[in-house]
Amino acid sequence: MGDHLFEFLLRQGDNTLILSHRISEWCGHAPIIEEDIALANIALDLLGQTQMWLGLAAEVEGAGRSADDLAMLRDAWDFRNSILVERPNGDFGQTMMRQFLFDAYHVELLNRLVSSADERIAAIAAKSLKEVEYHVERSASIVIALGDGSEESHARMQAALDDQWTFAGELFETDAGDHALNDAGIAPLPSELRAGFNARATAVLGDATLIIPETTFAHSGGRSGKRHSEHLGHLLTQMQWLQRAYPGATW
Amino acid sequence: MVKTPDIDTVWQWLDQVPDPEIPVISLVDLGIVRDVAYQGDRVRITLSPTYSGCPATRVIEEDVRTAMRDHGIDQVIINQQISPPWTTDWMSDKGKAKLKDYGIAPPSAKGQPEACPICGAGAVSLVSQFGSTPCKAHWRCEECRESFDYFKCI
Repeated sequence: MGDHLFEFLLRQGDNTLILSHRISEWCGHAPIIEEDIALANIALDLLGQTQMWLGLAAEVEGAGRSADDLAMLRDAWDFRNSILVERPNGDFGQTMMRQFLFDAYHVELLNRLVSSADERIAAIAAKSLKEVEYHVERSASIVIALGDGSEESHARMQAALDDQWTFAGELFETDAGDHALNDAGIAPLPSELRAGFNARATAVLGDATLIIPETTFAHSGGRSGKRHSEHLGHLLTQMQWLQRAYPGATW
Repeated sequence: MVKTPDIDTVWQWLDQVPDPEIPVISLVDLGIVRDVAYQGDRVRITLSPTYSGCPATRVIEEDVRTAMRDHGIDQVIINQQISPPWTTDWMSDKGKAKLKDYGIAPPSAKGQPEACPICGAGAVSLVSQFGSTPCKAHWRCEECRESFDYFKCI
């Protein structure tokens, strides 16, 4: 159970860490200052959540590593985030579509984790949920505004959805470790979150006048760590360079 | 040997420590001080973060240590407690009034500002769901046309 719990906590913390890093790349580059500030604030929320998840992962592992060690000193094959969150930002519409797909999953997950049998997980989930409810409200409203916007913004949002839909499926992938945690009342099966996600996605994307791709294919390999995309290594090179160049540096 | 302060005195000291990002209100007004107690002969202060990634969290810990040291207390234990999660319901009425005087619309159960904190008009509109810090949103008054921060209700 210890290994499954560690793996589960890495999956949570790596999703929030990698997405946080990706959207922080917009800092100073967003189309308008309000969006720049909003993206930086969401990145900050996700980074705070990462500290809690990876902090607990380090505690559960009991190998003397800290949350910082886990974030800054693992290589790509040890990361357990879904491929969706490591993909490059693309244009602002692609970033917001990815954000909405992740937020819609994240809010379903946290809504279940608040009643986890592990009270440490329940506490982190309750803290995170307040922030993530706000994230999904915002990303949904932007997806609707841009999808149901100009011809140009509509075409870009449909392209973003077509491009990213097959990467959302991995969020619901369920393995033996998930079953073990579910049996212990610690976490829901990811596959159980799909119905709530689909309901929200159908409503929001419908309001955005966008068409959900019919394919059920899902890219896979991130949450198992077996096959990340080529983008993760490049992201880590940037995120981890300071600790790699100056091991143990603090301020 | 410094005389051991009673718990109420420590609370009063904490009520004089300003929030680093909104210095018109104190940490007690903000509602992030969960508990003050003695652990043996050391003062133990329990704080709750507002937002999980709030960069002020560490500054706040340092400010609390500094304030206690200024009152002669060197041995302080600071705990961070995330459960139950901080809510704007814990903000004091005194704190809400000070926010308004400072030009920040206080959190409201309506989920939006009650009125423009500058001119008092009720007609306000949302500019952005995030403002200058994670805890605030950016609004505008339709009467005086000034933009202002709204402390989000969570």
